[in-house]
Amino acid sequence: MDSLLNTQRPPVFCPGCAHERVVHALDKAFSQMGLAGNQVAIVSDIGCSGLFDTFFNTHAFHGLHGRALTYATGLKMARPDLHVVVTMGDGGLGIGGAHLLSACRRNLDLTLLVLNNFNYGMTGGQCSSTTPPGAVVGSGFLNQLEKPIDVCQVAGAAGAPDVRRASSYQKDLPEVMAGAIGFKGFSVIDMWGVCPGRYTKRNPLSPKAIEASLAGMPPAAGFAEANARREYGEHYRELAAGQKRQTEPSGMAKTCEPPFSGRREILILGKAGQRIVTAAEIMGLSGIAAGLHASQKSDYPITVLRGHSVSELILSDDPIDYTGISNPDVVIALADEGVARRKKQLENLTGNPLLIREKSIAVPDCAARIVEADFKAQKIKPQDWALAGLALLARRGGIVTGDMLAAGLAARFKGDVLASAAELVNRVEDAV
Amino acid sequence: MSLNFLEGNEAIAYGAMAAGCRFFAGYPITPATTVFNTMLKLLPPEGGVCLQGEDEIASIGFCLGASMAGLKCLTATSGPGISLYSEQISFAIGSEIPLVIVDVQRLGPSTGSATRGADGDIQFLQWGNSGGLPVIVLAPSDVGDCYLLTMYAFNLSETYRVPVFIAANKEISMTRETVDLSALPRPTVVERKTANADAPFLPFATAGDQKVPDFLPIGGDRIVRQTSSTHGPDGYITTDPQVIGDAIERMQAKLTDEIDRFTFYTEDPADGADTLIIAYGVTARAARVAGRNAAAAGTPVSLLTLKTLWPVPEALIREKAAPYKRIIVPEMNLGQYVREIQRVLADKKVEFVGRMDGSLIPPSMIEEVIYNG
Repeated sequence: MDSLLNTQRPPVFCPGCAHERVVHALDKAFSQMGLAGNQVAIVSDIGCSGLFDTFFNTHAFHGLHGRALTYATGLKMARPDLHVVVTMGDGGLGIGGAHLLSACRRNLDLTLLVLNNFNYGMTGGQCSSTTPPGAVVGSGFLNQLEKPIDVCQVAGAAGAPDVRRASSYQKDLPEVMAGAIGFKGFSVIDMWGVCPGRYTKRNPLSPKAIEASLAGMPPAAGFAEANARREYGEHYRELAAGQKRQTEPSGMAKTCEPPFSGRREILILGKAGQRIVTAAEIMGLSGIAAGLHASQKSDYPITVLRGHSVSELILSDDPIDYTGISNPDVVIALADEGVARRKKQLENLTGNPLLIREKSIAVPDCAARIVEADFKAQKIKPQDWALAGLALLARRGGIVTGDMLAAGLAARFKGDVLASAAELVNRVEDAV
Repeated sequence: MSLNFLEGNEAIAYGAMAAGCRFFAGYPITPATTVFNTMLKLLPPEGGVCLQGEDEIASIGFCLGASMAGLKCLTATSGPGISLYSEQISFAIGSEIPLVIVDVQRLGPSTGSATRGADGDIQFLQWGNSGGLPVIVLAPSDVGDCYLLTMYAFNLSETYRVPVFIAANKEISMTRETVDLSALPRPTVVERKTANADAPFLPFATAGDQKVPDFLPIGGDRIVRQTSSTHGPDGYITTDPQVIGDAIERMQAKLTDEIDRFTFYTEDPADGADTLIIAYGVTARAARVAGRNAAAAGTPVSLLTLKTLWPVPEALIREKAAPYKRIIVPEMNLGQYVREIQRVLADKKVEFVGRMDGSLIPPSMIEEVIYNG
């Protein structure tokens, strides 16, 4: 196979730069694998390693510092047959650390080439996440304070199954790269090299020294067995194909008549675990069954198993413009938490609305027609109080009728759940 | 009539599917999470891809990669996530990568209040990225808008190769309300224009007065380059001021010259009114009630509801405001879009009414301004 090097744009690295050797080794790897330019995408980021995509006649995606793995992930998920090779320096590795860890965990079939030259070459030789503490760099004394990371140990610990250590100068680098590109899953090669423009001006580092240092590093191949598992994309597509298809909802037709005209506002005051939001949704669906418009807003803390749960519901024969509730027509009070949340609103009630309250729940003095219901005595569990409250409201018939509620329940529940909800609605005793 | 009872976020997801979206990536954040939840149910069984990124930067990065591979992509977040998206947004703008971004606004600044609504990102969506080129921002007022504007957002994103924002608000996105999906006037779905297979392909070349380059996907038969660097028509770095300047002006003109083609709005004119309320988002609904109440009390007031916020539809605003003496702009912030209205209507009295405490602006607050100024 022919070279994929872009003869119009030869490498422009400093004389003696390790990156140039990697360019040629990568081209040899592509040739050995028989890859054509349109079968490969090179994804790069910022820095000298970010120039790689311009030297090849392949698809190319050059983006922001440290984010190359993110583009590569989207590209590979969209084009599973494409060979996606990501180049990154030790700078991109540091700034994009979260993406490296996630790519290792994910095991999507990408090849990451880390062009590790121990400093930020393009911006003045500052220290990076791999700079040794003893090096003299453009960041003054700061590198003396931090421990360099071993890309291979980090990648292996994060779950990468194919981790390779290499010198940019080793003879079999094309074969190492071809092995990584051919590996079905996430591959990382930590490639050490010399930056003559910045690093070796003040630090003695040679290909020989790199070879000697690499020999002293822990082996990288040891992760293969422990991290061996299915490739992410293939596994994703298999699981995705098994998911149930869901189409756009078709909506509910009008099946009964509403008992009022105009707009009615309902406020349900409860606590976590009382299925307040579900009850309000059922009430909305009950309204739809009567051809009404509905809106529902819910208020609950981020800790969903504790604290208040409040729902506001509006039913109207006209489309609903303002979705706020200022003065409800009905309040259903089922928990102290909900009542406390809307204390001010209750104290300011006007127009003598209906207030259905479970016997154990205290409400502040307010101008409302208070109706008491002893759900505890009826052995109704607190998680069913909201539905029981709806049933009592439907008995009164002014806002929701029995037919509406039955239709709302049938739209929300099926089978045994529907049967037990219907049983509860029939069983709950009228308020005292 | 056949009514659905949907959250705005669910409607956004259904609208995205109807527009041909095949890729979603996002990071969980209240109040945008239910867009992700819904896309996760809808996309994978259809052969699409729905991913949860390790953070917001990754999520939008996945979308940029998938979009350049030819898929229609969606992401959704809230203000804190838009902050993290910023550098990737400017990449999408400057490198002409189609993408729809939903911002379900919540009360800021910063992490603010996760479950409280606001319209605090209205200037941020336009200006919160480097470079200062225009983007498109559409603002839904209700659940039906969430569906339709998302469809339009995809069409515009494909047509102009720009990121298009849906400026939603917790008060629409997490409010469940009735909508007749079957009655929505859906637009025809638009696909991005691909390059002629016979001619040599330059990824950012435009011929004649063409303003948007033809597209070919990365991973297709013909080699495609994409770059975040300042580039010429060939997708390689350039330092030629003429080439750079021409491209920047083209990217501005492709939107500002065409704004009339995507100026979405509704109006509620009232006979004999001397006041016009200009509103957007959920606040437009309170404004409609305020207008009705004022008319019933003998003070007719007209309402213009903007659905396209950026680029500012200046011609429309000037035309619709012409007959009125007084303009009222209500917003769930400290006064953001009113700056644009004041700029466009420099010869008129423009009054602002705002609120930024996590509560809806009630009709009474707007009526107060109508009566008392």
